[in-house]
Amino acid sequence: AFPKRVKVVEVGPRDGLQNEKNVVPTPVKISLINMLSETGLQVIEATSFVSPKWVPQMADHTEVMQGINKVPGISYPVLTPNLKGFQAAVAAGAKEVSIFGAASELFTKKNINCSIEESLERFDEVMTAARAANIPVRGYVSCVLGCPYEGKISPAKVAEVSKKMYSMGCYEISLGDTIGIGTPGSMKEMLTAVMKEVPVGALAVHCHDTYGQALANILVALQMGVSVVDASVAGLGGCPYAQGASGNVATEDLVYMLNGLGIHTGVDLQKLMDTGTFICNSLNRRTNSKVSQACCRL
Amino acid sequence: MGTVPSALKHCLSYQHLLKEQLWIGEPAASPPAAPHPGQESQASGLPEYIKIVEVGPRDGLQNEKVIVPTDVKIELINRLSKTGLPAIEVTSFVSSKWVPQMADHKEVMRGIERHPGVQYPVLTPNLQGFHSAIAAGATEVSVFGAASEAFSKMNINCSIEESIEKFEEVAKSARNMNIPVRGYVSCALGCPYEGNVIPAKVAEVSKRLYSMGCYEISLGDTIGVGTPGSMKRMLEAVMKEIPLSALAVHCHDTYGQALANILTAIQMGITVVDSSVAGLGGCPYAKGATGNVATEDVIYMLNGLGINTGVDLYKVMEAGNFICTALNKTTNSKVARASFSTGTTN
Repeated sequence: AFPKRVKVVEVGPRDGLQNEKNVVPTPVKISLINMLSETGLQVIEATSFVSPKWVPQMADHTEVMQGINKVPGISYPVLTPNLKGFQAAVAAGAKEVSIFGAASELFTKKNINCSIEESLERFDEVMTAARAANIPVRGYVSCVLGCPYEGKISPAKVAEVSKKMYSMGCYEISLGDTIGIGTPGSMKEMLTAVMKEVPVGALAVHCHDTYGQALANILVALQMGVSVVDASVAGLGGCPYAQGASGNVATEDLVYMLNGLGIHTGVDLQKLMDTGTFICNSLNRRTNSKVSQACCRL
Repeated sequence: MGTVPSALKHCLSYQHLLKEQLWIGEPAASPPAAPHPGQESQASGLPEYIKIVEVGPRDGLQNEKVIVPTDVKIELINRLSKTGLPAIEVTSFVSSKWVPQMADHKEVMRGIERHPGVQYPVLTPNLQGFHSAIAAGATEVSVFGAASEAFSKMNINCSIEESIEKFEEVAKSARNMNIPVRGYVSCALGCPYEGNVIPAKVAEVSKRLYSMGCYEISLGDTIGVGTPGSMKRMLEAVMKEIPLSALAVHCHDTYGQALANILTAIQMGITVVDSSVAGLGGCPYAKGATGNVATEDVIYMLNGLGINTGVDLYKVMEAGNFICTALNKTTNSKVARASFSTGTTN
């Protein structure tokens, strides 16, 4: 049996844009987020308080955070890789933050130049500050179904990292198939392990569609009781590990499937497609959403 | 992710990534001698073996704009014959006036290598086409019905009932000659003209085709509008009339739903899946949209589920690469796209 409702977490403005080649002007980012706020989405990841040296696309994080319409009832989480980023985020008005762990040592080393253990220690500082400021923290675990450096990732490791982040105080753990390599088989195996350590109500899946498996993987997650799914409008965001390949699953395609399953999301598909059209035009690129392609000949 | 590393050159190559994953193993040398459709994988409740019916050379090419030279078609089919695919739909014995891409049906049928253990069905819309197919050496044929009156009228200019009568002629001749007939039901999850299609209608048409002697009924989501919800409802209705082992699903990926729909079907016990190498074939009803689901992406998923197909994914990708180069187009297979771009390239 499927959940009756699914919360869709829109990551286009952050995870999506971050992996797009063209740097998007601040007003366009703000318009994108404002349009998304009109679609019925309840959670829109707005930006990342990371050093612009590392992620030039997110250099305007403060302006974006301060410039968007904050619609009551909608959450606008932002990434905060460390305490400094957290403080900047809160100063800019953030009311929810996210931290990123990984189930792969090698990925962590290549990505942020430390071990998983060390990365969690850094996050502990953020957790303490967030707790003091009453700011909810969402935890991401990358590479849950495979790593571009290590290859196979054991479900036990994913469970271990998830448990740690949950124990640290993250209210939700988003399990990310970072390179999209997973299949319904490995998704099931991984979730079975994680669900022994973290209640299913606190789990989300963040599937990449690099190998076309995202919706099938999400379907399996739903069948196992997961009711929070991350997606990116127009499937924004390529894959840094496979040039030319796609990355995030498209929110439109996800919502289409959920609608077909009679699962409530509160999202207006047409408004979502219109938003996708807007950002694709701004980026001068074709949509990665098949639903949009079919409906709008984009 | 927190940062964007210059990761490309440090990544594992796609060969390493794919080979290393448990689910991308070497396929079995050949499919099990007598696959038992009811036999399930131990813990997962899924079938142990799934037969892939490759429709690229027919359904795929038919919906490609560029006319493909006969020798390229033959080369494609010959390459597909070496991948372990058990069935390859070769061409269509339809009037070249209607489908110019299939005008060379005789030459293709006569020109291809026939590998033992591989079926090479062809489309035969009527008795004339059937005789022509047999004369050219066909040993299996397919007929196409639809679950929508409007679609039937627009497509072949007659009612469902009239089309069934034509197919009965084909089925009768085929029976006399011991030629197996596969039946297709189009618009199983929606129609470009009628919109919603009721499951009972799909069941009814399927039953007609099955009763006239079709050994297998392939249920086609012609415009790809279906979702796991509508797939389930439709299959439940059809499964009341037709044994599971005689059913196949033919999903289009126009709305990105194909793999999720196929997964739903196999969870319900379906063991035959149609697909098209490189996802060849657009959608004639939604310009620029995609059509057939890509064989590579289906196999990737089935491998990941521990389901045997007997098909070598790499060889299919290579065949896909060949035809896309010939067609001067990018593949519609995400697996192929990711594999040919990850880390070090071949």
